[in-house]
Amino acid sequence: MLELRSISIEAGGFVLEGLDLQVETGTWASIMGPTGSGKTTVLEAVCGLRQVTAGSIWIGGDVVTHALPRHRGIGLVPQDGALFAGMRVEAMLGLPLRARGVRRGTRRRQVREMADRLGIRGLLRRTADGLSGGERQRIALGRALIHEPRLLCLDEPLSAIDRDTGSSLRALLTDLRDTGSVTVLHVTHDELEVRALAHTIWRMEDGVLAKLDETDHATNAR
Amino acid sequence: MSFPTPLRLSGRENLPFISALLGTTGVFVLLIVSLLVANLMFVDGTHIKAALDSPEIIWAIKLSLVTCTITAVLSVVVAVPAGYLLARVPFRGRALVDALVDVPIVLPPIVVGLALLLLFNQTDIGRWLEGIVSTVLAWFNDIAPGIMRWLGMEGPGRRGLTFDIPGVILAQWAVASAFAIRTMRVAFEQTDDRRERVALVLGCTRRQAFQWVALPEVKQGIIAAGTLAWARALGEFGPILVFAGATRMKTEVLPTTVFLEMNVGNVEAAATVSLLMVAVAMTVLLSARALGARIGV
Repeated sequence: MLELRSISIEAGGFVLEGLDLQVETGTWASIMGPTGSGKTTVLEAVCGLRQVTAGSIWIGGDVVTHALPRHRGIGLVPQDGALFAGMRVEAMLGLPLRARGVRRGTRRRQVREMADRLGIRGLLRRTADGLSGGERQRIALGRALIHEPRLLCLDEPLSAIDRDTGSSLRALLTDLRDTGSVTVLHVTHDELEVRALAHTIWRMEDGVLAKLDETDHATNAR
Repeated sequence: MSFPTPLRLSGRENLPFISALLGTTGVFVLLIVSLLVANLMFVDGTHIKAALDSPEIIWAIKLSLVTCTITAVLSVVVAVPAGYLLARVPFRGRALVDALVDVPIVLPPIVVGLALLLLFNQTDIGRWLEGIVSTVLAWFNDIAPGIMRWLGMEGPGRRGLTFDIPGVILAQWAVASAFAIRTMRVAFEQTDDRRERVALVLGCTRRQAFQWVALPEVKQGIIAAGTLAWARALGEFGPILVFAGATRMKTEVLPTTVFLEMNVGNVEAAATVSLLMVAVAMTVLLSARALGARIGV
């Protein structure tokens, strides 16, 4: 479970105060909001990339408010993937495992399993140069999931890709949601994307984060 | 978004703009070519042959190549972490450190040489540091006499920094590394730190994110910093003259040779060595660019 308890975040010229959020374990929560509303700032605070000045953040029952990003057990898919330049896809997928000291043989096996799951086996020897938007996002998703995170954070994962590629990636994310294997926090401005994927919908506007709706996916999941 | 083909400027409407570009670039290129031609007017085949037969000039070429290469490597070793620190890590006093790093760039070279001389000749800490260098050199002389002989530093005599070959390297490094740090800082600033942040969330320590994510992204910057440091070291003269001296066949690098030959009125030899420096510099700079292109940076 992810829980934000009355957190405050200072971000550049503005301050977000008293934000609360709850995401049940294995469910998908989306935060919608216009550009500049602060939804990505909330995501960054959850990931430990922004300082929280008040309140607390809980992931899986642990307080992680001031924990280092790497100790939070999070997988992150940023907007446009943010793939590592010059690094082969195989090394990129294996990087979270390498950082955790997983041996090379085990790492290679897990990378191949993940690549098969995401349909990117043929890309393992390539670097990020020349990959399509959809391929980049699949790799970013694999990189975020390979260490079996407690929480998956998605920042506008479908915004930088075309409609057709978006459909196949959305299908992949739908499968991921339906397995219930990971808790997901997703931020976007795209309502269709939210309706297709989320169990619960939150809205961020004018510095206020409020629960908006539960979708049919939540009803079906029960 | 990337544009695979170069942007072409053609057509009548672009003519004034292209003329302005060519004109301003042309003025500078013309100046450089004129300088080379002026040197060439004093040089013929016999001068070049005489220079290449001269043991002093051969020594200066060898010493320049060796010291510049060592200086370039040492500069990059310092510039990569320093550039990263200044570009990425906020800390109190960063503006002061940033300004201090630039001091060797803005100071007259001879002032850098004087400061080095005062530090290592006139202060206790400087003499202590020189003692450490002497001990390391003596130890190196014991384990690798061949390399020391090749460097012209063999033998039982005590070697140190001041008025010796390590002093040449230190004088070059004091200035060249400032340029390398500046280059690396810009290189790190031009890369997106978002990828490092992602690596931190995915489990990397700061050191791992630096080594695995940030460093490969600045390969081009590292080559540029090394090349710039090498080229700056080749042209260094003021600090070397003051700190390491201008002793023939000992601390004589190519700029020293030009100075010594001019002092005795041998303009032809000075011009010949100047052209040799241009040839050496162009060879190394073009090779560095070819190497950069070959490894894809």
